Amino acid sequence: MSKRVVITGLGVAAPNGVGLEDFEAAIKAGKSGIRYFEELKAMNFSCCIGGIPEVSEELKLKYLTPLQLRNFTSSGILYACMSGIDAWRDAGLSFAEEEPHWDSGCIFGTGISGVEKMREATYKLDEGKVKRLGSTSVAQTMSSGVSAYLGGIIGLGNQVTTNSSACATGTEAILLAYERVRAGRATRMIAGSSGEHGPYIWGGFDAMRVMTYKHNDSPTEGSRPLSATASGFVPGSGGGALVVESLESAMERGAPIYAEILGGAVNSGGQRLGGTMTAPNSTAVQRCIKSAVEHAGIQADDIDLINGHLTATIKDPVEIENWAEALGRKGADFPYIHSLKSMIGHCLSGAGAIECVAAILGLKNEFIFPNTNCDDLHPDISSLISPDKIPTKLIHTKDVNIVAKASFGFGDVNACLIFKKM
Amino acid sequence: MNKTELIEALKEIAKPYVQDEAAFQNLTEDTKFIDDLKINSANLVDIVLDVEDKFDILIEDEAMENMLTVKGAMDIITEKIGVK
Repeated sequence: MSKRVVITGLGVAAPNGVGLEDFEAAIKAGKSGIRYFEELKAMNFSCCIGGIPEVSEELKLKYLTPLQLRNFTSSGILYACMSGIDAWRDAGLSFAEEEPHWDSGCIFGTGISGVEKMREATYKLDEGKVKRLGSTSVAQTMSSGVSAYLGGIIGLGNQVTTNSSACATGTEAILLAYERVRAGRATRMIAGSSGEHGPYIWGGFDAMRVMTYKHNDSPTEGSRPLSATASGFVPGSGGGALVVESLESAMERGAPIYAEILGGAVNSGGQRLGGTMTAPNSTAVQRCIKSAVEHAGIQADDIDLINGHLTATIKDPVEIENWAEALGRKGADFPYIHSLKSMIGHCLSGAGAIECVAAILGLKNEFIFPNTNCDDLHPDISSLISPDKIPTKLIHTKDVNIVAKASFGFGDVNACLIFKKM
Repeated sequence: MNKTELIEALKEIAKPYVQDEAAFQNLTEDTKFIDDLKINSANLVDIVLDVEDKFDILIEDEAMENMLTVKGAMDIITEKIGVK
C-alpha cells in the first residue's frame, strides 16, 4: 500500500532572503532581491541586473568547514548545502555519526555545477597545468556535486542523486522524492534544487535576448510577470529544499508537518505541436496539470491558489491560458495566482524548489504573498481571468487549502505538484 | 632554511587538511600524513600544490609517491632547493 507523504522541513537561500525567517518576511513584504551588477555591464551584458542571495563568509562557515571552503567557488553547491542542511535541521533531524541514515536520501537537482571552477580549470588546462587543478575540481563541477556534498555532510545512506530538467528541476526533484517515499523505498528524502549565479551562468540567456535590458536603471522593477510591460526575465540564483517524509514517520517522531504532497506529474511536449527546445507545447502543459490534479485525487475546483511558473516573458499570457484550459476555470472562477519571480527573478534550476518553499510557507502560515510589478496587467490575461485573482497586496487567509505549483523548462519539459494544508 | 624551519613550514601547509589535532600537535619527522594526521588522501595533491607554491618547485609524480610522511616531504624539498 502506498504511503501518505508530508513535508517536515524547509530551507532556502534566495535573493530576497536567506533562511526561512528572512525569506518569509521578504515574500510577505513583496521585497525585491534584484540588484544592478557593474560586473555584468563591464562584460557587455544587455541585462545587468540579477538576483543573488546575500551570504557572508561567516554564514558559509555555519554550513561548510574551512577545509571544504578552500578554493571553493561553486555557488550552486553552497546554496544546496545551505538550504538542504537548514531543511534537515528544521525537520528536527541530526547528522549521522558513524552509521549513515540508511532510510534517508536526497534528490537534489541542478542545471550545472561549478562553472567558475570549470573556467578556472579550463585556463589551467590550456596552459598545460593539469596537475594544478587541485583535489576538488571534480567534486565541484560534477552535476551531482549538489547532492554529494549534502549527502556527505548529513550522512545520508539511501539514494543520493541529482536530477536535471532545466527550470523544472526543483519541482521535478520533489515529485521524484515523493514517489520514493510513497513507495516505501525511503522514509524521508531531502528534495530540492539550486542554481548558480554570475555571468558564466547567465551569459547564454543574455545572448538569446530573453532577459530584460530595459531595467538596468530600475532593477527592482525589472521582473514583471503578468505585466503588459514584461520585457524578459531577470536572472536569479539560490537554492531551496524540503524534507519529504512518510506521514507515519513524521507522526511517530512527533515532527511538525508543513503540508501534505497529494501528488503531481511530469511530462514533456516532445518538442512537437508548437513545442521547441525553448518554447512549451501548450497541449503538454495542460496534460501535465490535468494529470497532476487527477493523480492527487482532487477536482480542478479544489485548487485555491496557483504558484505559477510565470517568468515575465511574452509567454505569461499563454501560461494563464493553459491553466484556465486545463482546470476549466476562468474569470472570477479562476483560483488566485501569483509568481515569486517578481521579487527574486528567475532562479533557473533553483526556481522550482525556492518557489515550492514559498508555496508551502504560505499554505502553512495562511497567507498569499503579493505579486509585484504587475499593476499594469497584460490585457490578454485580464480578459481571461478576473484581475482580483492576481493579488498585488499580501492576503491573510485561512481559505487556501490546496496549492498547485508548476514549473516548465527548456527541452519542453513540465512538472506540476499539488500541496494540501494539514 | 634549516630543518626546524622546514618542519614549521610543512606544519603550516598541512594545517588546514589535518583531521587529528592531537597527532598534529605532536608532529615529528616520522608522522604520516594519511595514517597519523588523518588527512583525506585526495587532499595530498593539495598539499603537493601548496608545497610547490611555497618553495617555488615542481614535484613530479614519482616524487609525490614518496610524500607520505613529513620526512618524505622534507627530503623532496631538500633535494629540490638544496636545504642542508
